[in-house]
Amino acid sequence: MKGISNKTILITLWTLTSKEIRRFLRIWIQTLVPPAVTMSLYFVIFGSLIGPRIGEMDGFDYVQFMIPGLIMMSVITNSYANVVSSFYGVKFQKSIEELLISPMPHWVILLGFILGGVSRGVLVGIIVFCVSLIFYPEFEIANLGLTLLVLVLTAILFSLMGFINAVFADSFDDISVIPTFVLTPLIYLGGVFYSINILPELWRQVSMANPMLYVVNTFREGMLGISDVSISFSLTMISIFIFIFTSLSLYLLHKGIGIRE
Amino acid sequence: MDNFALEISDLRKVYSGGTEALKGISLKVKEGDFYALLGPNGAGKSTTIGIIGTLVTKTSGTVKIFNNDIDQNVSIAKSILGVVSQELNFSQFEKVIDIVTTQAGFYGIPKSVAKPKVEIMLKRLGLWDKRDDQARTLSGGYKRRLMIAKALIHEPKLLILDEPTAGVDIELRREMWDFLKEINNNGTTIILTTHYLEEAEQLCRNIGIIDYGEIVVDTSMKDLLRKLDVQGFVLDLEEPLKEAPNIDGFEIRLEDPLTLITAVSKKSSINNLFSELNNIGINVKSMRNESNRLEELFIEMIKK
Repeated sequence: MKGISNKTILITLWTLTSKEIRRFLRIWIQTLVPPAVTMSLYFVIFGSLIGPRIGEMDGFDYVQFMIPGLIMMSVITNSYANVVSSFYGVKFQKSIEELLISPMPHWVILLGFILGGVSRGVLVGIIVFCVSLIFYPEFEIANLGLTLLVLVLTAILFSLMGFINAVFADSFDDISVIPTFVLTPLIYLGGVFYSINILPELWRQVSMANPMLYVVNTFREGMLGISDVSISFSLTMISIFIFIFTSLSLYLLHKGIGIRE
Repeated sequence: MDNFALEISDLRKVYSGGTEALKGISLKVKEGDFYALLGPNGAGKSTTIGIIGTLVTKTSGTVKIFNNDIDQNVSIAKSILGVVSQELNFSQFEKVIDIVTTQAGFYGIPKSVAKPKVEIMLKRLGLWDKRDDQARTLSGGYKRRLMIAKALIHEPKLLILDEPTAGVDIELRREMWDFLKEINNNGTTIILTTHYLEEAEQLCRNIGIIDYGEIVVDTSMKDLLRKLDVQGFVLDLEEPLKEAPNIDGFEIRLEDPLTLITAVSKKSSINNLFSELNNIGINVKSMRNESNRLEELFIEMIKK
């Protein structure tokens, strides 16, 4: 099989990725400002007002304990939202034809959208971290390498999930159902605001079945050095799911499911 | 030996609902040709174009673009193909210049190289003054021009246009014709689908007619038009008439007091008609074709 050169592939990838980044930067008031405002409110209400009454959580000030969870919540929702809305948008406007008619290989199309989602997820994570420093200036990251690794892996994982959601979506309702009714409850119950050690045994066991718990706690291990779960197990599971979702996304693109007639 | 820009062989498409849109069509378009693909709505034109552009998955058959099979050398095949779709397919919220520059990037053209090419293309299509406008603010005609600019920015060897002049005014349509003739003269093979049969007659050298998923005609425009036995003419009269004159060998009807419509067969001479009319005191002020000749043939072909 004859193909196009690596240089050409790199240019196509950069074109798509930069287009995706330009898209969310162009509408920054919808994409970058809301997480900063929402998280500021969480810090004010749960951190500064209610937090002192709660006291410590796993040996940390409550506001300090919340910071990794709130960053993860922002990263998950924003990386997912970026890809699901952007890819469904190109389907809806038919501009997906620009991509499908071009010589760009399928994996480049997938990677371009994922890099767009990761860029927004990571950027929002950094913004929320900067906001958190206003409320807890003395915060120090325990393990920068692990923190960045989990940050990027999480953004990749949820960008992939957003992509698959968009492939199957036939209406704008379809792209809001999973974030509203699946992601958000799982995130809230995934240890963002509390340690599962404070739960009764039954609910602690139930919580262990929540995948968000592993993502949030692995990130908390990186930022604070504490976790309710095994880090190696979490990283392995995140990597396995990235592999599964990548394979599924490429299969969908190859078969043209949801995008070709 | 002829080089073919497009070779379609035994192409079949059955949609998931069971509709057989293409029933094993075969078609060859020579390099440098200007080819018209005509057919009524739902005949299979857009499905064929969709398959060539890989927007529609085929059920069976092969498609080659300049000898590159779209199954085996898909990237190469796509890199030399440009498609102007029937429906608008660009982001409505981006600027005109960004849309065309990004499209160049999708074909591996770096921004530094694309920039001057985009400027030339936008100027050529009268879009340069609109370059910083969001696409959604453009009028229908400018949006069609943008579609053409997008499809041509990577200088494809084969350009397929799916009803490019649908809904545009006459002036713009003529401008587009000139532009398409020019790029065809410069070596780009063009395949055109259109409902304006005058357009096909004006522009194309060869023609295919597709109906119910089958190619019913694949010939040169000249050969096809030669098959037409009868030609209709509209005669504008100097003086009004109350009824149509009766002249042997000619069918004549009165459209209105100052207009006659007549059908002249190839065997008859139009000079005879004029002398007969003169003999009975009817003076013709001017004359024109009754309707597009190709239109008559087209109706005849798809009726079969």
